[in-house]
Amino acid sequence: MAEIRFAGYGGQGIIRSGIIAGKAASIHDNKYATMSQSFGPEARGGACSSQLVVSETKVLYPYVVAADVLVAMSQEGYDKFEPELGDKGLLLIDEDMVKSKPPRGKIKILSIPATRFAEQLGNKIVANVVMLGFFTAITKIVSYEAMKKALPGSVPDKALALNQSAFEKGHDYGKQQLASAQ
Amino acid sequence: MKTDPRAVKTGVYYIDGDVAAGLGALAAGCTFIGGYPITPSTEAAEAFARVAPSAGAMFIQMEDELGSIASIIGAAWAGVKSMTITSGPGYSLMMENIGLGAMLETPFVLLNIQRAGPSTGVPTKTGQADMMQSRWGSHGDYELIAIAPDSPQEMFDYTIKAFNLAERYRCPVMIMSDECVGHMTEKVVIPRAEEIEIEPRRFYTGLPDEYLPFKPDADLVPKMVKAGDGYNLYITGLIHDERGYPVKNEEFKSAYVRRLVDKIRLNKDKIIEIKEEGISGAEVIVVSYGISSRVAVRGIERAREKGIKVGNLRLVTVWPFPDEKICELAKTIKAFVVPEINYGQIVYEVDRCSHGKANVVLVPHGGSGVHNPDDIFDAIVYAAKQEGKIEGVVEYKTKLEKSIFGGGNKLKK
Repeated sequence: MAEIRFAGYGGQGIIRSGIIAGKAASIHDNKYATMSQSFGPEARGGACSSQLVVSETKVLYPYVVAADVLVAMSQEGYDKFEPELGDKGLLLIDEDMVKSKPPRGKIKILSIPATRFAEQLGNKIVANVVMLGFFTAITKIVSYEAMKKALPGSVPDKALALNQSAFEKGHDYGKQQLASAQ
Repeated sequence: MKTDPRAVKTGVYYIDGDVAAGLGALAAGCTFIGGYPITPSTEAAEAFARVAPSAGAMFIQMEDELGSIASIIGAAWAGVKSMTITSGPGYSLMMENIGLGAMLETPFVLLNIQRAGPSTGVPTKTGQADMMQSRWGSHGDYELIAIAPDSPQEMFDYTIKAFNLAERYRCPVMIMSDECVGHMTEKVVIPRAEEIEIEPRRFYTGLPDEYLPFKPDADLVPKMVKAGDGYNLYITGLIHDERGYPVKNEEFKSAYVRRLVDKIRLNKDKIIEIKEEGISGAEVIVVSYGISSRVAVRGIERAREKGIKVGNLRLVTVWPFPDEKICELAKTIKAFVVPEINYGQIVYEVDRCSHGKANVVLVPHGGSGVHNPDDIFDAIVYAAKQEGKIEGVVEYKTKLEKSIFGGGNKLKK
């Protein structure tokens, strides 16, 4: 079982990230995945997070207790959810958005300039999908193939190609980081 | 009968409970929703509205919640299956006409995605504190049916069941969901239309001159007609005779209201659905419903690891309440543990039905979140340790409450 928290602010596609990864895991990887969202009354700008529990068996308790992975795309999201990350957890951050403290315990931190990459691709709105590509390469909780299949229908049709490039960009960057770490 | 294939969006989806309920309503043959948007229920109305035209169905955003529920009662009498969707303050506004629906024996479904109250409360967060309101919210004596789903798949499946029960017993059916289940996203499988069984409207087919809108069949449920189809149809919230005309005499009032409650009470065994696991030989049984039943599982598993014999009893239907079941179990166990996201509602039903034979422990939660499963575990351990009967309901103080208020382990009432 893997407990994942995506954190950022409203408008970044934080809940969408949970939906895409959950859809990939439950429909295309044939696992069980429960996604819950939490947001304030504002549509944009407020703190926002989604939690995803992925399991080989039916998910009973649907919430994160000690996160295996925290994906932080805003400072507020990092500050709020870092304490929830387990001692052996993995922290993925957008390095331009989050300043992290030195890691506690055996926590591993990996970073990616997701928003900057998205801007280079033409629209920072796909920063979350760059991050999802990175998440897929690093964690392997959800397969690359399943994530690719989950994109169509999860993003607007006219933006599918952009999202696919964003996903590949993040995935490639993640693979490079893994290779250089070895 | 089978449902209309146009109404069934067959496929495998990754959707939240709200959306699943909206699609479930359509699949159940609902062709009219009148509603007024309110967090966290709006997605259900949106999901229905998006696909309704493809199945000849309709969503109307009414002026408010009073209009919403009035519109679905009207729609039901016009011959269609109808639903409204709401939460929190909107639910309170609907109370009067829920009674009208019960009095007119109108089949309809009300989806309440409970949020943290009272009043405006916390609109985007969860609660389970409308449970007694769902039973007693409108004035006078009446019975209805309430269902508490715990997953998006169940939101689809039990919305269909809610419509079937509404038609079968000609009464309002409440889907008492909550923000957690409504906003929880999971895989939902929508089957093919030929796999979905729906209860047809019990239409009168005899001569127009002989139609009596409130003359019951042997099972206490009368037949309906469509308003405007040429039948003499007079319906009123006043106590009425079989023709629908107001009557004031005492005997008649008793007989009429007796039938309204008996058509549910005498059919309880057919209506009630509970899921039980590990009940046999248990010393403690956790009674829960909705999202709390999923949270409880973690506490139950931990307690079992410690060697405590814990049973799990989940109320899928909450109303009518399974009195006899609780009464029987109370004779064989030490205690019931009832976690709910309120300060004690269903727990008092459990206590009422226990007749002093078992201890009853409430694990309360003020809303805006769900229980920490550790609290449910702790309460099970506490309940298993007690020797002898404790009078009344024991309120187990959770870690959250202790952190706020300090003090000992439990509050005794």
